Amino acid sequence: MRSRLTWALLLLPLPVAFFALMVGRYPISPGEVFAALTGGEVAEVVRQLILRIRLPRIGAAALVGANLAVAGAVYQGVFRNPLVEGRLLGVSSGAGLGAALALLLFPQPAMIQALAFAGGLVGVGLTALLGWAFGAGVLVLVIAGVLVDSFLSAVLGIVKYTADPLGTLPAITYWLLGGLGSVRVHDLLPLGIASGVGLTFFLLARWRLNLLTLADQEGEALGVRVRQTRFLVVGMGTLLVASAVSVSGMVGWVGLLVPHAARAVVGPDYARLLPAAAGLGAALVVLLDTIARTLLTAEIPLGVLTGLLGAPLFLILFLRFLRERGGWR
Amino acid sequence: MRLRAQDLVYAYVPGRPVLRGISLEIRSRETAFLLGPNGSGKTTFLDCLGGLRPPQGGDVRLDDRPLASFSARERARVVGYVPQFHEPPFNFTAWEVVLMGRAPYVRWLSQPSTKDRRAADDALTELGLEEFRNRPYYTLSGGERRLVLVARGLAQGASFLLLDEPDAHLDPANQHRVLRATGELVQGGLGVAVTSHSPNNALLYADRVALFAQGEILAQGDPHDVVSPEPLERAYGIPFVVVGAGDGPRAVLPALG
Repeated sequence: MRSRLTWALLLLPLPVAFFALMVGRYPISPGEVFAALTGGEVAEVVRQLILRIRLPRIGAAALVGANLAVAGAVYQGVFRNPLVEGRLLGVSSGAGLGAALALLLFPQPAMIQALAFAGGLVGVGLTALLGWAFGAGVLVLVIAGVLVDSFLSAVLGIVKYTADPLGTLPAITYWLLGGLGSVRVHDLLPLGIASGVGLTFFLLARWRLNLLTLADQEGEALGVRVRQTRFLVVGMGTLLVASAVSVSGMVGWVGLLVPHAARAVVGPDYARLLPAAAGLGAALVVLLDTIARTLLTAEIPLGVLTGLLGAPLFLILFLRFLRERGGWR
Repeated sequence: MRLRAQDLVYAYVPGRPVLRGISLEIRSRETAFLLGPNGSGKTTFLDCLGGLRPPQGGDVRLDDRPLASFSARERARVVGYVPQFHEPPFNFTAWEVVLMGRAPYVRWLSQPSTKDRRAADDALTELGLEEFRNRPYYTLSGGERRLVLVARGLAQGASFLLLDEPDAHLDPANQHRVLRATGELVQGGLGVAVTSHSPNNALLYADRVALFAQGEILAQGDPHDVVSPEPLERAYGIPFVVVGAGDGPRAVLPALG
C-alpha cells in the first residue's frame, strides 16, 4: 500500500505539469498541449509558447521543488531534527548572499551557481558549528539557524546597499523575492546538471539516510562511517538547495513542509520518503508557480506565496512538536 | 571465538584514566556480566570492546586479529552493540529499526536485498516480536524496545553482542524477558557482554562476572565467587549479605545497619 502511494506521489508532477502547460494568459487545450509535446500538428505560436516558454519554466519549477524537498528531508535526518530545512539552516541565505554577490560582480549563470553553492556551504557550516558548540539540541539548532540567517541577511543588505539602484539592485531584490518568471532555457542546464547529480545520488543512497538518524555511536556500531557520510550528504543537500536558489531565488518552507507531508503519507523510512518527497515537492512548486503567474495580471513572487502558505503550517507543526515533547526543554 | 581485551587503557582527560589496564575475554556461548559502581569504567570498556573507542593503550583482538585492523563494516558483521537508549527523531516501525542492522551488508547507493529483509524478519521472529513488526517504535514498551534493539543486533549477524545496561529502567518481568532472550541467543552460539547495576541479575543470568572499580577489575570469574559480600563491599563501599545458599536461588542484599 505504502509503496503504491510512494509511486503515486513520485508521478504526481506529471499530471500537474500537464495542467500547468494548459493554463496561462493564453489558455491551450489538452489536445494542443499533447500535440505540441509529441511533435504533432499545432499552430507555430502554440508550439513556441509550450516548448520555449511554459515547458522550461515548469521544468525549472519541478526541479526546484524536488531539490528543496529532498534536501529538506535529508537535512532533517542528518541533523536528527524534524524542524529544519535549507532556509532555517542558513543554507538559503548563504546561497542567496553568494548569488547576490555574483549578480553584483560577475553576472553569469555559472558564477551565480558556484557562488550560491559556496555561500550555502558557509551558511550551513556556520549553523552546524554554532549548533554543535551549544549542544546540538533540536531547538538550539533552529535558533543557531535563525542567527546565521539574520547575520547573512545583514551582509546581504550591505551588498544591496552597494548595488547600482537602477540596474543590479532591482535584479537582486526581485530575485530574492523568489520567482521563476525570468527562467530561460539556458538556465536549465546548470540547474539540470546539479539536480541530476544530487537527486540521483540521494535516490540511490536513500535507504542509507535512515542510518544517519541514529546517534553517532549507534551508527558507528552498525559499520557506518558517520562523520564522512554526514559530510558528503550535507554537501550534496547544499548543492541541491544552492542550485535551486540560484534559479528561483529564495523559496522558503517547501523543504520543511513537503517532507512532513510525505512522511504522513508513506512513513519515515527514507527508502519511500525520498521519492515521495521529490514528487510532492515538484508537484507543489509547479502548482504554486502556476498560481503565481495566473492568479493576478501581475506575477506574484513565488517566495511570497510559499511564505503565505508555509509560515502558518510551520506554526501548526511547531505546536504539535512542543506538545509531543511536553513544552520547551 | 574469543573477543579479548588486553591491558586496555583509556582516558577522556589526559592523566585521569577511566580504564587502567583492563584485561578481559568474552567467549562464544557465554554471557559475561560487567558490574561495578557508576563511573567505574564499564561502559567505556564496552565501547572499546566494540571498537567504538580506540583505546590509548593495550588492544582488543578477535581470536588473534586486532579489532583495530577491521574496517567499520567488517567489524559490524562480528560485533553488535545494543545501546541503552535509542531515540530516533522519526517514528520508524520495529521492522525498519531491525532492518538497519543490515547496514554492514548493504552497499552504498543500493537498497537492502530480499535476503536482508528476510534477515530482519527472522530476527524479529527469533525474539518473538512478530506481532510488533509494523508497530511504530515509540508505541512499544521499554522491554519491547530493548528486544527490538537486540533483534537489530541479531540481524547484524554478529557473533558477539555487547549490551549497555539492558536491564536498566525495566520492571522485573521485562528485565527477565530481555535477559532470558539474550541467554537463548548465547545457547545458540553467541557471545554476550552485559553491563549492569544488578548483581542479582548477574547471579541469575551470567556465566562469568567481572567486577569493575575505579578503572580496574577487582575480581572476575564464576558468578558465585565474584558476586559475594567481600568483593562487592570492596567495589561499592557498603557491606552486603548473601541470601539463600546451596543450589536454590541466591541473592545479595546490602547489609542493613
